[in-house]
Amino acid sequence: MDILVSLADGMLQALQPFNLGLAFLGVVVGLFVGAMPGLGSVNGVAILLPFTFVIQDISGSATSPMIFLAAIYYGAMYGGAISSITLGIPGASTAVATTFDGRPLALAGKADKALVTAAIASFIGGTVANLLFTGFAPALASIALDFGNPEVFALMLLAFATFVGLGGDDIPKTIFSICFGLVLATVGFDIISGEPRLIFFEITGFSHGIRFLVLAIGVYGIGEMLWTINAAKDNTAMTETKMSPKTILREIRAFPAAWKGTAIGSTLGFFVGILPAAGATPGSLMAYGVAKMVSRRPERFGKGEVDGVAAPESANNAASTGAMLPMMTLGIPGSPTTAVLLAGMVIWGLQPGPLLFTEQPDFVWPLIGSFYISNVIALVVNLAFIPVFLWMLRMPFTILAPLIFVLSIVGTYAAYQNMFDVWLMVLFGLGAYLLRVLDYPLAPAVLAVVLGPIAEPKLRQSLLLSDGDFSIFFTRPIAGPITVIAIILILLPLAKLLWSKARR
Amino acid sequence: MFAAKFGRNALLGLAALAVTTAAGGAQAFEPTKPIDFVIMAGKGGGADKMARLMQSIVEKEGLSSRPLVPTNKPGGTGAEALVHMNSANDPNHTIMVTLNSFFTTPLRQPGLKVDILKFAPVGRMAEDTFLLWVHKDTGITTFEQFLAEAKKRGKKWVMGGTGKNSEDNIITDHLNNAYGLKIKYIPYKGGGAVAKDLAGQQITSSVNNPSEALGFYEAGSVIPLVAFTDERLPMFPDVPTLKEKGGNFSYFMQRAVVGAPGMSKDALAYYTALFTKVYNSKAWQTYKSKKSLMGDFLAGAPLKSYWGVQRERHTKILKASGAIK
Repeated sequence: MDILVSLADGMLQALQPFNLGLAFLGVVVGLFVGAMPGLGSVNGVAILLPFTFVIQDISGSATSPMIFLAAIYYGAMYGGAISSITLGIPGASTAVATTFDGRPLALAGKADKALVTAAIASFIGGTVANLLFTGFAPALASIALDFGNPEVFALMLLAFATFVGLGGDDIPKTIFSICFGLVLATVGFDIISGEPRLIFFEITGFSHGIRFLVLAIGVYGIGEMLWTINAAKDNTAMTETKMSPKTILREIRAFPAAWKGTAIGSTLGFFVGILPAAGATPGSLMAYGVAKMVSRRPERFGKGEVDGVAAPESANNAASTGAMLPMMTLGIPGSPTTAVLLAGMVIWGLQPGPLLFTEQPDFVWPLIGSFYISNVIALVVNLAFIPVFLWMLRMPFTILAPLIFVLSIVGTYAAYQNMFDVWLMVLFGLGAYLLRVLDYPLAPAVLAVVLGPIAEPKLRQSLLLSDGDFSIFFTRPIAGPITVIAIILILLPLAKLLWSKARR
Repeated sequence: MFAAKFGRNALLGLAALAVTTAAGGAQAFEPTKPIDFVIMAGKGGGADKMARLMQSIVEKEGLSSRPLVPTNKPGGTGAEALVHMNSANDPNHTIMVTLNSFFTTPLRQPGLKVDILKFAPVGRMAEDTFLLWVHKDTGITTFEQFLAEAKKRGKKWVMGGTGKNSEDNIITDHLNNAYGLKIKYIPYKGGGAVAKDLAGQQITSSVNNPSEALGFYEAGSVIPLVAFTDERLPMFPDVPTLKEKGGNFSYFMQRAVVGAPGMSKDALAYYTALFTKVYNSKAWQTYKSKKSLMGDFLAGAPLKSYWGVQRERHTKILKASGAIK
């Protein structure tokens, strides 16, 4: 009951006109930076951090600036889906998985369905995560503490397994794609040894590693786009989408069809989010993989399945709420954006950590209250703007395609202010087109570039702990079962293959 | 604002005029565009938090007519940032927040061709401190107990730290060498992750900065045993220094702002004045005492000679550990 009283109190605080205004402003800013390719919540939050001092001066508390920044964070999670669906370029790294099915839906003239599904799934994911956060924050923080290096590695292995163990795709090609991504993930300075690796031609640009967004924008903005141009040369418009409030209402009513993906995304996303080091991008990719695995029609994934939009979208929102948990209760960021939020909390004079909930309830509860409210605002704003997004799609293809190329280049530059990354992005785009023509799946490579840099140090730290003994992944109470499940999932398709050969 | 409307040459002329006419009195250099504020570490770490605090103080108090624009360059333990500074197009608008990798990275990678004594000594904002932390459930409360237990466990005693050949690694090496221990060192990406893994007992000890371990310390899950400082820290009056325990070792991390090589004298004077104001601000002083930072403001020649001493010392340390020849 205490929790409910505190929450109600906090919501009242968050509903005060000043805070409500900040939440609204934050959501709109977030939607914009999220929808802009290359800019994500981390850029929005980092750029606006200095201005929060002014907000703090006006309101006299640290809660208001945090409400503002948190609203940007959520808004960006909604916004990322918009360009993933309408343009086919992931608006932010967290929305890459949304392109897998969002884009095919848009190409099939169902962009309205994809956008509505994304918005509602985001809302449900965020709200489920909020409820879990409100009810169990301290207990969940202790779970995060139990996840040491072997546990996180086991989880990463499970994520890879969900992508390999999917029926339907060409398994050898999937494995090739994952390995290719893993190689790219090792470029740059190694954390464990501090030594440079795979610095091709001694170009200094490689020293910071292959940035995930560079690959993602290249693959989807350039590679897939070239493929689409090739496939649809005769069509003048990218898609025929009629828009009216009626169709949007119809899609809202049709949303329950995506319940499975939403349920998976909401819970899985949240739990991945609360683990430090993970964050919303791995969360959404894993949710996509699992949703495909448990689906009754996995073969439709990647061709425009609503569950394939609902799962990553609910997951990235749930994970972004989840990532707040280790940030607030342990003082450790679970994602790049929460790292900046954490810096903000320090600047505003707060001490994030185990005592924050007991010592700063005046900060914590209005903030949690605002999580609920920002989610409602984001849903309403998003649904209201869907006709505008659809209008973009009705542009002639001859205008839209160059626009997407330009956005890809500008977006890559905006993200890193570095021409090297822009050229690399173009190179990846051309390479991706080639692989696409040869029918290699690219999503596994993208997944590997996200998870590789998390998994590799964890593997090596674990092996340092055990003096090179791999049994560390099997004997620990949490890591053990996860590793076993992952290995079964990886071997399953192999067993199926052998079995069908033996029957013949 | 007015000056910005003039061309670059006109502005230089104007600046020269200002020097000749108002000798000494007026500020000779004013930034003419946003200032590239490089952070030698990733987002969310100690250096990043500090840099963003400095930026917000400059912003809030209106200390600079042009904004500081922070960019994180964490690659290769600062190598990426050092190379960026070394090849800066406009050294008068390029400054950087440094850690001790400012000393160690050029030593470990001579190929970078970075001479830190060519950097402009803008100002040392603080020296960060290190303490030895263990989890309270180990039952260890003194440094002697730690030595006994670590000796007994040998390679099973695990120290987590930020990066290889880093500050944390140097301290761990010292403990191993001076006390005949075999502590296993596991490099992490950041101090926050180390603190969390100590609280979760995934590792047995850490040498976190106070700012990194504070949350778990206040919650009572980790305890400090010894401080690697010359005197006891005001925030931890009951924690002895290693020197009190008979060790001849102290270690600090510089938190300094440096200018790119080739920065003009006038620009250096401008930035030193700017960061003196930041240093003296209430926000910085509060942060300094709350996070148990030490060190007075140091700039110009004294800061350069401090770098010289530190470079010497790190050469010895890295040679002893075998990281360089």
